[in-house]
Amino acid sequence: MSTAAVETPSRRDFLYLATGAVGAVGLVALAWPLIDQMNPDASTLALASIEVDTSAIAEGQILTVKWRGGPVFIRHRTKKEIEEAVNTPLSALKDPQTDAERVKKPEWLIVIGVCTHLGCVPLGHEGEYDGWKCPCHGSVYDTSGRIRQGPAPLNLAVPEYAFLSDTKVKIG
Amino acid sequence: MSGTSTYVPKSALARWFEARLPIMGLMHSSFIVYPVPRNLNYLWTFGAILSFMLIAQIITGVILAMHYVASAATAFASVEHIMRDVNYGWLIRYLHTNGASFFFLAVYIHMFRGIYYGSYKAPREVLWILGVIIYLLMMATAFMGYVLPWGSMSFAGATVITNLFTAIPLVGTSVAHWLWGGYAVGDPTLKRFFSLHYLLPFMIVGVVVLHVWALHVVGQNNPDGVDVKNVERDTVIFTPYATIKDIFAFSVFLILYAWFVFFIPNYLLDADNSNIANPLVTPAHIVPEWYLLPFYAILRAIPNKLIGVVALFAAIVLLAFLPWLDTSPVRSGKYRPLFKFFFWIFVVCCVGLGYLGSQEVSDGTTLVARILSAGYFGFLVIVLPLLGLIEKTKPIPATIADAVLSKSAPVLAKTGAAS
Repeated sequence: MSTAAVETPSRRDFLYLATGAVGAVGLVALAWPLIDQMNPDASTLALASIEVDTSAIAEGQILTVKWRGGPVFIRHRTKKEIEEAVNTPLSALKDPQTDAERVKKPEWLIVIGVCTHLGCVPLGHEGEYDGWKCPCHGSVYDTSGRIRQGPAPLNLAVPEYAFLSDTKVKIG
Repeated sequence: MSGTSTYVPKSALARWFEARLPIMGLMHSSFIVYPVPRNLNYLWTFGAILSFMLIAQIITGVILAMHYVASAATAFASVEHIMRDVNYGWLIRYLHTNGASFFFLAVYIHMFRGIYYGSYKAPREVLWILGVIIYLLMMATAFMGYVLPWGSMSFAGATVITNLFTAIPLVGTSVAHWLWGGYAVGDPTLKRFFSLHYLLPFMIVGVVVLHVWALHVVGQNNPDGVDVKNVERDTVIFTPYATIKDIFAFSVFLILYAWFVFFIPNYLLDADNSNIANPLVTPAHIVPEWYLLPFYAILRAIPNKLIGVVALFAAIVLLAFLPWLDTSPVRSGKYRPLFKFFFWIFVVCCVGLGYLGSQEVSDGTTLVARILSAGYFGFLVIVLPLLGLIEKTKPIPATIADAVLSKSAPVLAKTGAAS
């Protein structure tokens, strides 16, 4: 091979670069534990699921349970509330989702009770759609927990859950 | 910080020390013989008042930390313990909570003074930006301090503010979980907020040192906005003139502060915060502390979550760009008739937004909040750049001494005529 007129990097240049690179990797490796310690810890992750007895929840009633440090609403919906939720046209929704996509059994609506705007806990049986209304900035949800009015961008989230029996539901 | 020091050590020990660490000379040139424009009014005393408030907050805060226990299980009870059991605990806590409010009152007067007299203009841009950084740090500190008593309003405030970050596309939720150390505001959140609430005031001290340093490099602005041309004619020395004036103004400020602490200590606090935090219930009417209300009103005025959050942060960050948004070559609002008019409209917008932020949302309040938000941003990004181009300013005095003497001249003439 012909030796070009281009100045070839010296061994010293290579050592400088290599040292710098190792130093940078070391800094990142050291920074990560300092940052990651703020993420949810093992004891928080361990509280991943709860079981709830639903037999005592009367029709029309909303039970608020605590799951992963925050509220989950378990709503025993009345016939009228189910009808309202099912008959809402998707075109009227900001975050379109059918009621069937949001429930496993029509009479039970289970949603995370945290407003998708800025995290306040909405009040049940309030607002124009008789679902929830958030006291902070006035977001209104319907009987399927879908956002209908106000600044919240999304429907109330549906957590992972399964009915273990007719009266027992496992959330998480 | 200001030219050559004229400090002469008096004793042999002082001479020995000064040769090794010239800190006495620095103090002497910065706070004794430092030249102060002779036309400063009482609005220029708020820098000193703010320094006193920062020290007062740190002293009361360090004491409170001796008795406060940062954990979700004990925080609320430990604050009650401070109020009921600790000797003078009630006094120290009321000094600290009301101190935050008076700190902000002073900083708002300080900032509006800076805007009115064009104190951010060249060569004081860095001085101004350091001030905006201090203001941001103050807001972060005050917010985290408000969470510590772990009342229901503390919890709601922590939830709403940290949820602002969920508006960030894609990574928002992960960022929020990282901030919380869980899936909602909880015990880990409280503990890290306490740690940071203790740390940030010392960072504020650091930036304040830079702020004062920058001030002493470029010199103080003054109500007429003209530079010091002749130190002999245009200035007086810091001590006793500025020192005594600052102490007098601070004493008056202290009277107001003490009146709140001793007679209406809970006036600025929210009754809901006397209930312990409950993650399953949000208080019916959540309101931030008064000093954050204008930004809260801007957030609520905008129906879209992401745009609302962006507007809230923009309302603060835009302040840092004032030196370049204001295109007028004339510093002081005193000589800018149009600016003066729009400045007061801007003040009305800020105060109006503050009022609306404290009210419950209705269609009416939302509409007015939108108009006032438009006024707030309009002043910063439309009015200020345009005014520099179209405004016909009044003639500015050639020197500070001229400005002062022209004011007193008619008085002299009048007394002369009477005698």
